[in-house]
Amino acid sequence: MVCESWKSQLDTYLDGELPSDEMHAFDAHVRSCASCAADALARVQIKRSVRAAGKRFIARAEFRRRVEDGMAMKPRRSAVGWGWMITAAMLTLLLVVGLGVTYNQHRRAGQEQQVYSELADLHVATLASTSPVDVVSSDRHTVKPWFQGKIPFTFNLPELQNSEFSLVGGRITYFEQTPGAHLIYKLRKHEISVFIFQGGIAPSLRDEHSAVTRRLSFNMETWSQGGLWYCIVGDASAADVHELAELLKLSASS
Amino acid sequence: MLVSAKELQSDAFEELAMPLFDRLYNFAYWLTQNRDETEDLVQETYAKALKGFSSFQPGTNFRAWMYRILRNTFLTSRTGLKATMTVPLDSEENGRELTSESPTPEAILIERADRQRMQNAIDDLPVASREILLLCEVEEMSYREIAEALSIPVGTVMSRLARARKMLAERLRG
Repeated sequence: MVCESWKSQLDTYLDGELPSDEMHAFDAHVRSCASCAADALARVQIKRSVRAAGKRFIARAEFRRRVEDGMAMKPRRSAVGWGWMITAAMLTLLLVVGLGVTYNQHRRAGQEQQVYSELADLHVATLASTSPVDVVSSDRHTVKPWFQGKIPFTFNLPELQNSEFSLVGGRITYFEQTPGAHLIYKLRKHEISVFIFQGGIAPSLRDEHSAVTRRLSFNMETWSQGGLWYCIVGDASAADVHELAELLKLSASS
Repeated sequence: MLVSAKELQSDAFEELAMPLFDRLYNFAYWLTQNRDETEDLVQETYAKALKGFSSFQPGTNFRAWMYRILRNTFLTSRTGLKATMTVPLDSEENGRELTSESPTPEAILIERADRQRMQNAIDDLPVASREILLLCEVEEMSYREIAEALSIPVGTVMSRLARARKMLAERLRG
């Protein structure tokens, strides 16, 4: 059969594991071959069914707590001898500044939520657009210079050769009337946004480091480095978002 | 406040490892097919990973590292040993295997849209086929990541995956 060689690679194609040139050739073939298209559709249905059936078991909340507690068995910061003194001192301090802090926390939490919501909106709106990126390239040496003269700062992008991430491209974005870089990375089937702005933006969020947080169903990580503020938004796992953040931090410090 | 390096390391581990908890639990249950053993397996995996976290190299794939620990722990458990003794893990090794030609099982599946039937079919697979299918389809791992998690070459991932799909199709057809 003419299509035998195509069909033997159909699963690899649907897993997204063919080299990009073969992927393009396969795309073209599937579009023109009814038999392969039907076969591909059926296999996609199988993949979906396995995925749905595979998400089957949920841990008891009690067991999750037990595992978390197991990790918390590590020596805690409040050793028995000093713990109560530190706690008492902190409580006193909290009482003194409590009201002021509460007010500021509320204000900051509101501001934080707004910033994260807007960035999540930008992420979603960009991916929904027919042309999500203005510079389309997986080569960082093409994408980075494209921003020259368009934004008032420059930045480094990581080498991704030994990672699973790939660069899709970039575009200019605006947040609170400030121009910034919006880069899109791909990890398997997930698309992840990286926003880079000058430090002046979102002053309340300019922590040096921040852990991955889950907001609005997205995983996000933000940090400041070298006068720039970075924010990663995506539906990839927290570990994947963190891995990308580490790669960016490494390149920014080099 | 004084914070020891060990505590910092433990916090970093928790931050990376806990988001994987639900997925690891699901995967472990598919392997053991028993709740008590799943809980033992997951707990032991977290304990081993925390203990060995200093040997984890930043920049490498943490998720694959966790799955590798879980899977190795499973293989040395009583259930794991039993499962691998009765079914050879690999006889084909490298080289691609042709997938099933007939679309019949797929058509049957679409027609019946039977989740339970699919779960039974996956349950019925030998552990080596079950795990690789789940890593690819449910965990959406790349071939390279699967290779890392299972400590096998990418070529073996491809052939084992093809075989798993073929076996699944046969079970759905039957």
